[in-house]
Formats: sequence, structure tokens, C-alpha cells
Amino acid sequence: MAMHAPAGESHALDTNTGLDNRKLLMWLFLASECLFFGSFIAAFLLYRDRNVVGPYPEDLYDIPFTSVSSFVLLMSSLTMVLALAAIQRGNLQAMRVWLIATALLGISFLSGQAFEFTEFWNEGLSLDQNLFGTTFFVLTGFHGAHVSVGVLILLSLVDASWRGKLTTDHSLAVELAGLYWHFVDIVWIVIFTLIYLIQPA
Amino acid sequence: MAVSAGTIQHGATEHSESGLWSWLTTVDHKRIGILYCVSALVFFLVGGIEALLIRIQLAQPNGTFLDQDSYNRIFTMHGTTMIFLVIMPLSTGFINLLLPLMIGARDVAFPRLNAFSYWAFLFGGIFLNASFFTGGNIFEGELGAPDGGWFGYAPLTLNQYSPGDGINYWMLGLQILGIATMAGGFNFIVTTLNMRAPGMSLLRMPLFVWMALVTSFLMIFAMPIIAVALFQLTFDRIFDANFFNPAAGASPLLWQHMFWLFGHPEVYILILPAFGIVSEVLPVFSRKPLFGYPFVVFSGVAIGFMSWGVWAHHMYTVGLGSIANSAFGISTILIAVPTGVKIFNWMGTMWGGSISFKTPVMFCLGFITMFTIGGLTGVTHSMVPSDYQQQDTYYIVAHFHQVLFGGALFGLFAGVYYWFPKFTGRMLSETWGQVHFWLMFIGFNLTFQPMMILGLMGMPRRISSYPEDYGWDLWNMIATLGAFTIALGILVFLINFIMSIRNGEESGPDPWDGRTLEWSIPSPPPHYNFAKIPVVHSIDEFWHRKYVEDSKGIPVPVPKGAAIATGDHGDGHEEDEGHDIHMPAPSYMPLIAAAGLPIVAIGLLYAYPLIAVGAIVGLVGLYGWVLEPVGGD
Ligand code: HEM
Ligand SMILES: [Cu+2]
Repeated sequence: MAMHAPAGESHALDTNTGLDNRKLLMWLFLASECLFFGSFIAAFLLYRDRNVVGPYPEDLYDIPFTSVSSFVLLMSSLTMVLALAAIQRGNLQAMRVWLIATALLGISFLSGQAFEFTEFWNEGLSLDQNLFGTTFFVLTGFHGAHVSVGVLILLSLVDASWRGKLTTDHSLAVELAGLYWHFVDIVWIVIFTLIYLIQPA
Repeated sequence: MAVSAGTIQHGATEHSESGLWSWLTTVDHKRIGILYCVSALVFFLVGGIEALLIRIQLAQPNGTFLDQDSYNRIFTMHGTTMIFLVIMPLSTGFINLLLPLMIGARDVAFPRLNAFSYWAFLFGGIFLNASFFTGGNIFEGELGAPDGGWFGYAPLTLNQYSPGDGINYWMLGLQILGIATMAGGFNFIVTTLNMRAPGMSLLRMPLFVWMALVTSFLMIFAMPIIAVALFQLTFDRIFDANFFNPAAGASPLLWQHMFWLFGHPEVYILILPAFGIVSEVLPVFSRKPLFGYPFVVFSGVAIGFMSWGVWAHHMYTVGLGSIANSAFGISTILIAVPTGVKIFNWMGTMWGGSISFKTPVMFCLGFITMFTIGGLTGVTHSMVPSDYQQQDTYYIVAHFHQVLFGGALFGLFAGVYYWFPKFTGRMLSETWGQVHFWLMFIGFNLTFQPMMILGLMGMPRRISSYPEDYGWDLWNMIATLGAFTIALGILVFLINFIMSIRNGEESGPDPWDGRTLEWSIPSPPPHYNFAKIPVVHSIDEFWHRKYVEDSKGIPVPVPKGAAIATGDHGDGHEEDEGHDIHMPAPSYMPLIAAAGLPIVAIGLLYAYPLIAVGAIVGLVGLYGWVLEPVGGD
């Protein structure tokens, strides 16, 4: 990815790989996150058919609703790309707009998740009810926590740029936030496909 | 104070910087390395005392020194301590001390993240050990420590079977330690891949650096798996979730799979740094380059990959079926191949060399002999039918001590004797070093070889007492005597260590006629390591600066002055040359960020509002860290 060195980041090329230290760190972190989510997803799949009491996934899932909120999250990746493009063009104002848009889309997704959790809860699903409750809430909960951290990072970037601390020299910061954000987004695509869409026959 | 932006460190002033505050705020990889090593040694004493308690209890049949419950807690803490609080941090300490020096860098890629790793490790270790006092009611003579073994098999570690807070301390403590380990792993990989001196291509890196790199990759990929397992256990124990609850349909094997999918790579996290140390020490004292450098590198990398495909050899007896057992049996036999390759390379290095049998070499020899026995016993229980007999016996206990103590720890001690002069400027006493080695070597064999026999005679592991007349008495008594012999050896080491720091013989920069870059700078190294970043032309760079080969291929010393004329050494000029080197400013933010972790853990156990407090403390630390005006981190 991104082999170009944006203005002010030329010191990145001083490294042996040509990749900025922080960017390499982010890639490694995301690689290890794959194992983290992978393990939770595996536990969900392993237990999917082993519930001894309901409610079962097919009783609760509202696929159209979750599709919409998934689409919202997917769109946030688009706005994230636009934010990065904006700061690389040197347009901080546009960057802020797109960052805020990304954060708002993230917050909408989280609200959708909160709504879904409440619905499921009202229908009798809880952490201790059955294996579905356990694996579903913990997996999607950890994902939601990642999105929340992402929102916090985005808003911190906006705040820093308002206070003049984030200038066009710091496009790397936005790029790193973007990597994280896209990753969390991709993880959701995997979760949505494996956990919601593909149901055992 | 922490935010003295862009501090320019003057070579002359930095060593006078001392006192508690400077250690609390240090971001210097050498100081952090020292902190890691010293903390690990302290935990080693704690774990060692636990081992002695175990051996006192088992010295004679029908032991009454410890009751069953305390015995379980003490062996759990012994194993957990030795693995997570001794071998791992001691290895991490060595990586910290050496990695930047060996690749010709001034520090690691993220000095403050490095400090964070250390503090998180320290807090995790203290939290775990606090369980002795706070996990149960100590005033009623009840130890509160965890009692589930270092592997903490769920469902046995669920509330029903292990009530009280012991396991809670274990799972949350390991979680904190895991965060520390991952932070270290990321840092070391970025440092190795990105910060090598000019000319230091990957295949010119010292072997220790290679092994540290493989270890770091194992860390960042294995720790998330145990983190998930620990989270699952946390949800089960604290929030009544069902991950391991068979009544809800959960699989009683889920934990075992996850634990060993982490656990087998973990054993290579424990041994690979020691492989690296031995591969550095042997060439220096054999006065020959490492035999088959690329083979040692690639077998290390191969081990790293293969360690992911053998985990179920810990589960032969759980009923996975003969196909799975055969597959894992074969993969386990195969992983012994690259391990064997290394052993032959070390022997090849010594072959025909003019070996000087100094203490570091003695520990390497102890390592090779004992680790080989350990590896071979491993191969015996890679065979499924044979493992059916051995599983859960003292034979397994003998195997893993043979590889962990006879292997990892002997290797690490070789490193302590070898690099002590570099970081203190003084030598450890050679005489006492030899005494230490022989006491430990003899004690080790007295302790663990009888366990092989006991295991084959059928003595199960994890029992707090055994009846007489099983023919086990003599061997158990010998093992206990051996354990005290080891303890005596450690005592000798401690005295030697403390005396030598104060009045050891001055070592000078290069006491062993070393081969790698760390020996080219003064001892102890200046804050900025290298006055000028070295330019590297070959493997064993420093050796080649000191020696050229004559027409018969025999190394002859370069005339004095010629090596120095390259100007790449810090040979006394550094006081002037160090002036304009920018080093990262000290910071207390990593300490604050790390302090959030145990507060969250305490909150989970005793009062949920504290979770928020911990999170805020952690966030304050992180924000302070990010906003601090220091470059390069
Ligand atoms: C030649 C390489 C090795 C082979 C073939 C091997 C094989 C095995 C096998 C099959 C077991 C399971 C025995 C059982 O529970 O029935 C085992 C256990 C164990 N091995 Fe190894 N091993 C090797 C190297 C190592 C190394 C290098 C270490 C650590 C530095 C290590 C540490 C352990 C530990 C700690 C256990 C016991 C875990 C427990 O049950 O608590 N092994 N090994
Ligand atoms: Cu294993």
C-alpha cells in the first residue's frame, strides 16, 4: 500500500524497508488482531449448533436491519478515504468534514448495534442464556469496542487539527487511523457474512 | 519534567543522571533491559522458593508439610512464575539490551512503548503474586493464589470447581502480561526490520537478532490467542457466560485447543532467545565463526512456522481420533529436525576450535547436553502410544524442565556471564562462576533425571503426596536434595553478582575478543550507543575490523589503530562526538498508561467503578504520551 511519501514524511525513507516505523507497527498490530478476532469467530462457529436452549440465531436475526447498518459502516470507509485524500491535498477543512462524517457513520453503526442488542435482550438473549448469547455478545461486543476506539481516534484527530496540532505535515496520523478503521470495517464484513448470512442448512 | 522537548543529551552528562526518578521515566533500551533482567531475577527467587516448598513436601512419602490445597496453589504459581515472570522477561531483557547494539541502532523504534511494556509486565507480575495475600483470607491461613496449574484448564478453572479469587488473579494477571509481551514484540520487529545500520542486511544480522525476530513474531501471533481464551474465561467467571460450561453445550476441549495453539509457539518463545545466545557465545570462545550460519537462521525460521502445527500433541489422550493423533505425531517428530540441525551446528562450531572453557561456555555446554536430552524425551512422547503411558507422569515434568531449565535457563545464564561486562563495565568472578555452574549442573541432574525414572515408574504429576512402598521414595529424596543443590548454586550466583557489580575486575570494552558490534563501544555503552552509526560490511563485523586472514587463512590482528581509523567505534572520542545526538526525552506517561491496567483488573474483581477509573488513568497516560512533544516515537 501507499508507497508514496507525503510531504514532511520523507524521513520515513530513512528506514531499511522504506516504510515509516509507525506504519509498520500498525500493520503488525492489525496482523495480530486477525488472530484475536479469528479466535472469537472460531468459537462462535464451533458453538453455533450446540445450543441446548433458545433463543436461536434464526429466531432473532433481522437481516435487512443489520444489512443497512453494515452498509453504513462500509460507507464510513469511503469517507475515511476521502479524509486522507483531503489532508494529502493539503485541505484541512475538507479533512475535518470527512473525519467527522466517518465518526458519525461509525456512531450510527454503534447505535444500530445498541438497538440490536436491546432487541435481542428483550427477546430473552443474554450472556448466560445459551452459547449463542455468549459467543454473539462477546464477539460483536469486542467489535463494537473497536469501532468505539476508532471513533475516539477520529474525533481526537479532528480536535487536534482544530487546535492547530494536526497540520498537513501529519497526514501519516490520518493514514494510520484509516488503516485501523478499514481493518475494523473488514472484520465486520467477515462477521456479518459468517455469523449472520451463512446459516447452517 | 517529562516533556522537556527534544532534549539534547550530552555524552558527558547522561551518566550522572541517576536516582529513582530517572529509572521511573527512562526510555533507554539499556536501562529498560536492566529493569527487565533484575525484575526477572527477583521473580526467579520467588519461583525458586516455591519450587523448594514443593520439593520439601515431596521429599518423603505421605508428606505433611503442605496441605493439598496449598500444594496446588504453590505449584500453579511456580509454573506460571517461571514461564511468564522469569524466562520470558529475562529473554525480553536480553533482547532489549542487545538488539539495538547488535544492529547498530541508537535505541528501539518506539522507546516509550518499550517503557510501557516493562511497566505493564511489572504490574502484571505484582498483581499475580498479590493473589497469595488478597485472593483468599490469609488471616485464616488460606493462601489465595490460583490453583489451576500454569495451563489453567477450563472447565476446571470455572467458579464451580475453583471458587475464590485465585483464578481471577491468574487470568487477569496473564492478560496484563500478554499486553506487555505483545507491545514488546511489535517494537522488536519494527526495530529489526527498519533500524539496521547501513550494510547490515538481514543475512548479516547476528544470530541472536534473528532468533529475537522469530520470537517476536511468535509473540505477536500467539499472545492474541491466549488473550481470547483468557477473555472467555473472564466472561465465564465474572459475567456468567458459557464459553466453557458443558451444561450449556460447551466443548470441554475448547480451552485446551486454544491454550496449546498458544502454548506450543510459547515454548519456542521461551527457547529461541536462548538458542540465539548460545549461537553468539560459542563462536567467540571457539574463535571460529558460527558453523553453517544460514542453516541456523533458517532452521530457526522453520521452527517458528512449524510450531503452529503441533499443538495437539498435548491432547493425544483426549480422544481426537487416530487420524488427528497421527497427523500431530508426525508434525511433532518433524519439528525435532530443525532443532537437531541447530545442535549439530553448535557442535560444528566447537569442532576443531581452540575453546576456552570460561563460565559462559560451560553454561552453553550445559545447555547443549541438557537440551538434547530434553528434545529427545520430547520425541519419545511425540509417539502417540508411548505418550499414552507418559502423559501426566513425572516423565513429562522431567521433559519440560530439561528443555526449560536445562535449555532456556542455562542458555540465559550463559548470556548473563557473557554480557555482564558490557553493561556494568566489570567482570563476574570466573572462579565463583564455575562453582555456580557446577552446583547448578549437578543439582539439575540430581533433580530431574530421577523424575524421568519416577515418571516411567508411573508416578503421576500434580499430586501433593504419595504412599510409601511404591519404590518412589529414594528417587524423590534425591530430587529434593538436587533442588537444594541448585538453590546453593543460585546463592553463589547472587553473591557473585552483587560483589562483582561493586568490585569486579574492570572489563574494558571488549573482554572476550567479541565478534559483534556491541563490543566495539565502551562498557557500559554511552546513552546514545554509537557516536557514529557503524557501516557494516560482513557477518561478525567487529571481528573483521580486528583481524584479517593471512595467505593460509589464519586470522592475524589488524595493526593497532587501523581498525579504529574507520572512526566507527566509540573509542573514547564519544564525549565530544555525542554532543549533537538527539535522544528521546524521558517520560512518565508510559508508567501511567500501564498503571491503568491493574486498576481495571482490581475493578473487575472488587468494584466496577474502578474499571472506569483505570480506563481513565490509562487514557490520560496515552493522551499525554501522544501529545508529548518528543520526536520519533
Ligand atoms: C524436539 C522438540 C520437542 C518435542 C518433540 C516436544 C514434544 C512434547 C510433547 C509431545 C509434549 C506433551 C507431553 C504430554 O503432555 O503428554 C510436550 C510437553 C511439554 N513441552 Fe515439549 N517438545 C519439544 C520441545 C520443547 C521445548 C523447546 C520446550 C520449552 C522450552 C518444551 C516445553 C514443554 C512443556 C512446558 C510441556 C508440558 C506442558 C504441560 O503439560 O504443562 N518442549 N513436549
Ligand atoms: Cu508442545
